[in-house]
Amino acid sequence: MITLEGVTKIYHAGEVEVPALKGLSLHIPEGEFIAIMGPSGSGKSTLMNLIGCLDQATSGRYILDGYDVSDLTDDQLAWIRNRKIGFVFQSFNLIPRASAVHNVEMPLIYAGDNEQRRERAMAALEAVGILDRASHLPNELSGGQQQRVAVARALITDPAILLADEPTGNLDSESSLEIMKLLRDLNQQGRTIVLITHEADIAAFASRVVRLRDGVIVSDQRQSVTSEMVQ
Amino acid sequence: MSILEGLRLAVNGLLSNRLRSALTMLGILIGVSAVILLVGVGNGATVAVQQQIQSLGSNLLTVFPSNARGAGGVQQGFGTGSTLTLDDVKAIANRQTSPDVVTAIPSAGGRAQLTYGNQNWNSSLTGTTQDFPSVRNYQVASGVFFTSGDVDASSKVAVIGPTVATNLFAGADPIGQVMKINRQNFRIVGVFAPKGSSGGFNNQDDVVVVPITSAWSYLLGGRGKNIQQIYVEATSAEATAAANTEVTQVLLDRHHISDPTLADFQILSQQDVLNSASQSTGVLTLMLGAIAGISLVVGGIGIMNIMLVTVTERTREIGIRKAIGARRQDILLQFLIESMFLSGLGGALGILISFGLARVLPLLVSTLPTPIISTPSVFMAFGISVGIGLFFGLYPANRAARLRPIEALRYE
Repeated sequence: MITLEGVTKIYHAGEVEVPALKGLSLHIPEGEFIAIMGPSGSGKSTLMNLIGCLDQATSGRYILDGYDVSDLTDDQLAWIRNRKIGFVFQSFNLIPRASAVHNVEMPLIYAGDNEQRRERAMAALEAVGILDRASHLPNELSGGQQQRVAVARALITDPAILLADEPTGNLDSESSLEIMKLLRDLNQQGRTIVLITHEADIAAFASRVVRLRDGVIVSDQRQSVTSEMVQ
Repeated sequence: MSILEGLRLAVNGLLSNRLRSALTMLGILIGVSAVILLVGVGNGATVAVQQQIQSLGSNLLTVFPSNARGAGGVQQGFGTGSTLTLDDVKAIANRQTSPDVVTAIPSAGGRAQLTYGNQNWNSSLTGTTQDFPSVRNYQVASGVFFTSGDVDASSKVAVIGPTVATNLFAGADPIGQVMKINRQNFRIVGVFAPKGSSGGFNNQDDVVVVPITSAWSYLLGGRGKNIQQIYVEATSAEATAAANTEVTQVLLDRHHISDPTLADFQILSQQDVLNSASQSTGVLTLMLGAIAGISLVVGGIGIMNIMLVTVTERTREIGIRKAIGARRQDILLQFLIESMFLSGLGGALGILISFGLARVLPLLVSTLPTPIISTPSVFMAFGISVGIGLFFGLYPANRAARLRPIEALRYE
């Protein structure tokens, strides 16, 4: 599903070159629930941007769902983001002037996929359990509800992976638990999920934990996840 | 993303900042209504001038004697020559040699002091022949015009304009009355109907017309049988050019001049006057339009300014849209539609307001010519306003489209 080979990313801060990733290789098979952990400055945000096709690597190869995205144009990357990746951000990133259902159908608008658009968006909202809030604006929703809308939006185009960047970072513990259960359920339905977090109890939901430090992988562990752990 | 979707987004965006959108629109609104209204005023002035010129008599050619040449060929003032005669007039009116001419009349005159009882009036005197009413588009309202017999006999008869009748006779019937023109007794045989163009420097209703022979004999003493101009009526407006050629040939032959550049007369057609007047009012219209156009450009800059602010404000939104799959052209289209919608709506409102003002303004300012709003100028103004939205929206929209998603998402 996802294959990274010798990926490096170097940022230029004036004259100084700052390497954020140093020849990282990682393979994520389909249906996996992987957590990427690391302290700030470890390169995990850079990795998330690369996996999410929001940025491109300085060198190395990245293959996503059979597409080599290493050197695509901006518009091709937009297409990949639209069809292959569903984003869930820490700060929800809903469009403030659009209703919940309009936020959810927005990826379909950019995909030019208008067939039963509204119905599919409503179905996605139902799947995350907030159908009754469909016509509300984001600022009329609680944090947990907003994040559910974001998850519904991420899933509407049936992407290859769901990329969650600190999805519980702005939520209280109860909402966090609900969102993580939602992600776990989605994974059990076969969805590949890449979770970026620095919280161990959030990473505990994943079946595999990769730890980063200074732009390299320092550990890669599989763990047994049980819902009982959460309870 | 479809255009419809873009329009929905644009309306949504504009409604979220009502006051700002309204003020920005106001810039375009003022610009568009200024352009339409001022061009309308220019057109109104053109039409007013044209009507005034045409009321002097359509299909009209005017023959002037050339400037007299003094000793050594020094040219004297315009119209100082006295080379035209009554025989010239008769020759010009001959249908054999000039088929495109209906008739021709001589004209000589000046200012005249009119007296009736204890009333005095100073008016414009014209000495001419019996064909004056048809050539100069005058209608006789009461009484008759003088005849060729009166011209041959140098009869002391006169036809007066309505302004003279009002001022000298104050409601009484002037027909048959004897008034004094420059202390000579003249019997009034007719009164002209008003021509309507009472304003301006040349009041066509304030006239007194007498047989040219009488004018020569009693009123224009000492100046001989001088003809100041010959008015020639062509068969139609289209025939004036042909009539011009024919009249030129007749006069050249009669005056034994072989080189047309040495002609001792000049011919001015009403069309020439009309053309030069139209040209100057056209320049006026253009100037008014250009000045108003500046305010449109200022309005456009206002739109650009607001769109730049909007793009900055919505940087994060742009980042989100890009993250979920918006391409450059989607973002570009979104902001272009928004700025074009803003300016187009402003333009449409400006058109409505200019129609309203075009009705109200002449009531408030009576000297203003009635603005004439032409359909093409309305479409053009709307097109230009949308075009301004496109032009001034391009830079901000392009700026939005080029934002990098990770930087836009990080923007607070």
